[in-house]
Amino acid sequence: MPRPGFVLDVDRSTPPMLFWHGERFSLERLPADRSRVIYPAEPLPGLADPDAAIRQALLQPLDMEPLPSLLHAGMRLTICFDDASLSLPKMRRPDSRQRIIEAVLDMAAEAGVDDVHIIAALGLHRRMHDYELRHVLGDRIFDAFHPSGALYQHDAEDHANLVVLGETDHGEVLEINRRVAESDLVVYANVNQVAMDGGWKSLVTGVASYRCLSHHHNPESLQNTRSLMDRHHSALHHSIWRMGAVLRDSGPKVFQIESTINNDAFPSPFDFLSKREWEWTGRDRATFLATSKALDRTPRRLARRIFHSIEAPYAMTSVQAGFTETVHERTLEHVHAQHIVPVEGQTDILTMGIPFISPYNPESIMNPVLVMCMGLGYLFNMYRGRPLVREGGVVIMTHPTTKEFHPVHHPSYIDFFDEVLADTTDPAEMSQRWERKYAEDEWYRHLYRTGNAYHGVHPFYAWYWGAHGQQWAGRVIIVGGDPATVRRLGFTPASTMDDAFELASEVVGRSPTITHLHVPSVLVADVH
Amino acid sequence: MVVIAEGLAGKKIVITGATGFVGTALVERLLRGVPDCELVLLVRDGRRTAAARRTERELLSNDAFDRLRSDLGKEGFSEMCARRVTTIAGDVSSDGLGLDEAARAVFATVDVVIHSAATVSFDSPLDQAVEINLLGPTRIASLCAELDITPHLVAVSTCYVAGNRRGTAPEQLVSDGPFDIGLDWRNEVTSARRLKGDTEAESRRPERLAEFRKRARAELGAAGAPALAAKTEQLRNRWVRDQLVAAGRARAASVGWPDAYAFTKALGEQALTESRGQVPVSIVRPSIIESAWAEPRPGWIRGFRMAEPVILSYARGLLKEFPGVPEGTIDVIPVDMVVAAIVAVAAAGPDDAPPITQVASGGINPLRYRALVDNVSSWFTAHPLYDNEGQPIIVPEWSFPGRGRVQTQLTRAKAVITRAESALQSLPLRGRQAELAANLETRRMEVERALEYVELYGLYTECEAIYQVDNLLSLWDRLPENDQRDFAFDPRLVDWPTYINEIHLPSIIEHARVKTTPGRAKTTDRTARLRRQVLDPARQVAAFDLENTLIASNVVANYSWLATRRLDRGERLRYVARTLAEAPSLLRLDRRDRTDFLRHFYRRYENAPIEQIEEDVAAMMTHLVLTKSFPEGIRRVREHRAAGHRTILITGALNFNVAGLRPLFDEIVAAEMSVRHDGTLSGEMTTVPPTGEARAQLLADYCEAEGFRMEECVAYADSSSDLPLFEAVGFPVAVNPETRLAAIARKRGWLVEHWAKAPGGPRPLLPIAPFGDERLRRGGR
Repeated sequence: MPRPGFVLDVDRSTPPMLFWHGERFSLERLPADRSRVIYPAEPLPGLADPDAAIRQALLQPLDMEPLPSLLHAGMRLTICFDDASLSLPKMRRPDSRQRIIEAVLDMAAEAGVDDVHIIAALGLHRRMHDYELRHVLGDRIFDAFHPSGALYQHDAEDHANLVVLGETDHGEVLEINRRVAESDLVVYANVNQVAMDGGWKSLVTGVASYRCLSHHHNPESLQNTRSLMDRHHSALHHSIWRMGAVLRDSGPKVFQIESTINNDAFPSPFDFLSKREWEWTGRDRATFLATSKALDRTPRRLARRIFHSIEAPYAMTSVQAGFTETVHERTLEHVHAQHIVPVEGQTDILTMGIPFISPYNPESIMNPVLVMCMGLGYLFNMYRGRPLVREGGVVIMTHPTTKEFHPVHHPSYIDFFDEVLADTTDPAEMSQRWERKYAEDEWYRHLYRTGNAYHGVHPFYAWYWGAHGQQWAGRVIIVGGDPATVRRLGFTPASTMDDAFELASEVVGRSPTITHLHVPSVLVADVH
Repeated sequence: MVVIAEGLAGKKIVITGATGFVGTALVERLLRGVPDCELVLLVRDGRRTAAARRTERELLSNDAFDRLRSDLGKEGFSEMCARRVTTIAGDVSSDGLGLDEAARAVFATVDVVIHSAATVSFDSPLDQAVEINLLGPTRIASLCAELDITPHLVAVSTCYVAGNRRGTAPEQLVSDGPFDIGLDWRNEVTSARRLKGDTEAESRRPERLAEFRKRARAELGAAGAPALAAKTEQLRNRWVRDQLVAAGRARAASVGWPDAYAFTKALGEQALTESRGQVPVSIVRPSIIESAWAEPRPGWIRGFRMAEPVILSYARGLLKEFPGVPEGTIDVIPVDMVVAAIVAVAAAGPDDAPPITQVASGGINPLRYRALVDNVSSWFTAHPLYDNEGQPIIVPEWSFPGRGRVQTQLTRAKAVITRAESALQSLPLRGRQAELAANLETRRMEVERALEYVELYGLYTECEAIYQVDNLLSLWDRLPENDQRDFAFDPRLVDWPTYINEIHLPSIIEHARVKTTPGRAKTTDRTARLRRQVLDPARQVAAFDLENTLIASNVVANYSWLATRRLDRGERLRYVARTLAEAPSLLRLDRRDRTDFLRHFYRRYENAPIEQIEEDVAAMMTHLVLTKSFPEGIRRVREHRAAGHRTILITGALNFNVAGLRPLFDEIVAAEMSVRHDGTLSGEMTTVPPTGEARAQLLADYCEAEGFRMEECVAYADSSSDLPLFEAVGFPVAVNPETRLAAIARKRGWLVEHWAKAPGGPRPLLPIAPFGDERLRRGGR
């Protein structure tokens, strides 16, 4: 039986804690008697036979007829799936999406459906490379559908192929992919790594247009999203669910398939990552030392390549299909079972190590904007109830934060950093002064549509993602970051953790309480 | 008694050299101090500016006239100038002064001629010094004879006509003195002219021309024939000039003068005296003329004189030692005293004026070399200049070394720097490293200049002649009190410490635009200003080169990527090996002629199916082009578009290879290749890509066709082969320049951008397609 997540109070005998530092690690000793560490739960056991479970889910869906009865010859079937932003790191083959879509295709074939489109629901994310599609879907699907053009990626700028399905009572326009809108049945294959994913968000963001996304991807919504992992207290999700209602009432029939995975994110050489430091064996210590020393000597570029080539041994913990809302509630139960850690009270300082990866840089570099997004957007939001850090408290991250960008994936991020952040770090101001220029830029549009670039507006979204955390924290400190770059983000650079605590004392006094969010793996703190 | 206002009342005075240092002060003083005279200025036509316009621009707008302008008001000043100043176009280096009929008529009516035109540079070519300094005064006298007039000719000469000698130098002609060696000025004129002809001929010998061409090529690289030709001719002219400068210096030294200037001036006095005919002549000989003591305002100076470059080099820490005898006299005289003396001589008239008047301080109020050095060094210790890092420059201790030692030191320094520079030049450097080489070049030029100062001026600091001023003082004594006040020229009035510390040094520091405040240099301000200019909405077209300007890639890399995309592992290895083996010969070909290289190289595309190429090119855009692009460059293109400029890409790359960049540009000019009926490429270009000077022409044609002006074009390129393009447009921008271009850009003050690849991108070792797409390798479609 895997042990649940728990909170460790740091005392004098507690060993130093592991922090991610981009492509490297560091061990930091936290002050005794006023620090605590939140550990995630150990990986839940996976399903013994995922393929059977999938079949079972398709045949006995929730609040919907079984999939085979929805399929018939001559129909237009569209299968959408999550893009490369899920899972992190990428899943060892076969990916859950491959398993699910193969099962769906088998049933479709049996029913004689021959008009099938498979669409990567990437929203404004970058188009996936062919080898990524192959990895996620498997050779069989790729080779059968890609050459004929039936496997392709959503294009949020292809205005001829976008249709407006309607408006919510808040005046939000739902504009989505024409093929999706005009299908007889849309099947969505989800990987639900965290509570934020899935539900109506899958289609309403994945195959939508910029116009449609801007209703909820904006500073106001995200400042009122408390948190991203708690959809019932998230302005973002409220807007999405309103759009979901429009989709339900005036859109195509949607058959949602959601699958959850456990916390087993790193293969065996990285076992120490998910172990609790004081339980490290001599062997773990030795591997850590060897890995850490080796990484310190490895050029970052190479280290990055090594890390991005990691394939996670995730196991599927559940799969459910049917009507989106019912399915999603069931999914959340499973996600929470793996992630929720009860925590008593808030803290003055929240520390977190920022890893090499975030949802927006698979196969790429974690640029400074994404460091902000990962720290204040994702990790800060890993809570339910109240944030882990008190309002006006300090967030300390560890990351090299150099001014490095991937020119193919993140072209607009480069300009965003140089132009927009030089002007303002305030989400509302940048949204007013700059967002439209980037969103409608012809060159970014060209790169998004024909290359592998995130949409021009994406850096804004990444920045808004951290809007709530930015507003909440009294100071954000990055340990070991490039000072000029860190300052450009509006944060404070510190060279060591002790310096960071010293700088934090100006905000939270001499003996603050400290909470360390242990990453990996994923956890959601249920703060009382 | 000489009363200036009376002496010059109603007189018409011709002034030559009015746009010079003395001339400017003279015109100003006459206009302000002698209200009742008329001025006729003999001014040379400029290369582009007519003489009258030069008077406006180069003379009357000088700050010397600020005082008059504020006294009279702007209108009043213009009105007075219109009433009292006439400009005639003429040139003292041509016979008859090059006057047209109208100008001759004006000249025929004058009462006084003040001849202050001279080539004062100490390193003029011999022929030029002879034509202007030696023959100039004589030509004026002959013109007068021709027109049958006898105005009072006041000729400005120099004390240094006395030559290298010790002891007193009286106010008499050198040829009348005891040291005359009996030179005939006519012989000197003939020899100088012959030397000029011989040198010109020598410079055109095939071996010389080949040498100039080689040097031009080394400096410019493959800049195209016209640019190369222009550079070669420039080098030839410079060579001729250098030869004649050296000849002048050598000839002067051989007959006992410090330089060609003093030598030709001395012979000029002699020639004038012999050929003046009926024209009454007075000669005024100033010593070293420096900034004004009081008029029109203390410290007024025009251009850089003799001492300034030396003083500034010292203050910059560049000149650590300067030869000179500490107890020697440095004979300096403020410009306003020289001018006052000239005016007094003119006012005294031909009968009362002394034949020769020396205006010098050495005999009666000497400034010792040590006193000068001490004052200068304490002043710069109190008011240091700052280097580019914002650090004060500590001025060195002066040790009064002999000239030989300083020269040896500088020569050695120059040799070391030159060697380092040529080593750097030969390396394939770009961007910031190339700037290093350019810095070194600046440094070498500074040392060279210092060396020249030492060679030229060293003699003056070592000069031990004392110039007598008896005539000057007797003229002074004859002035009434108010003229002595308004036209002070008694050298004894100057208090040297006050002059150096409070007048001269502050003035030259202000003029030199050197850094006098701590803090970092404002070069970034300059770059920012140039960037603003470049992006100003008034610009019309922005032309971009591609390789190494926007993308760190080239046609060979593009080809290799495409060629390897569908190869298996073994074939790839063979391809890489083959290409590496060919690299040197390709490189050689490229260096020799870009167009030939492209023609040769593009043959490789022969038989490639265009459909497959187009598909592969799309993938290449991501893997090669964007990965190697300079994000700041791409941003700049878009900023130009946002500013409403047309953007043009001019590249030697094949059009299909740059198709992915289409949305950035209004116009793409690239190589095009014909496609055969069966859908394969022919390997032959239908449009030859423009290179070198053809790019400038292409842009000019485009502008003409579209109604744009080249002066409003911005051009971005990285190589000195783009010089013709740079020179043709109004706003050149050197991107990551190689050494040669960096040096040129720095000299011309062009905007230089350092653009780099995004550091977070992938860095493939070789420009070959990623290995791994099985479907493609199996042959695809």
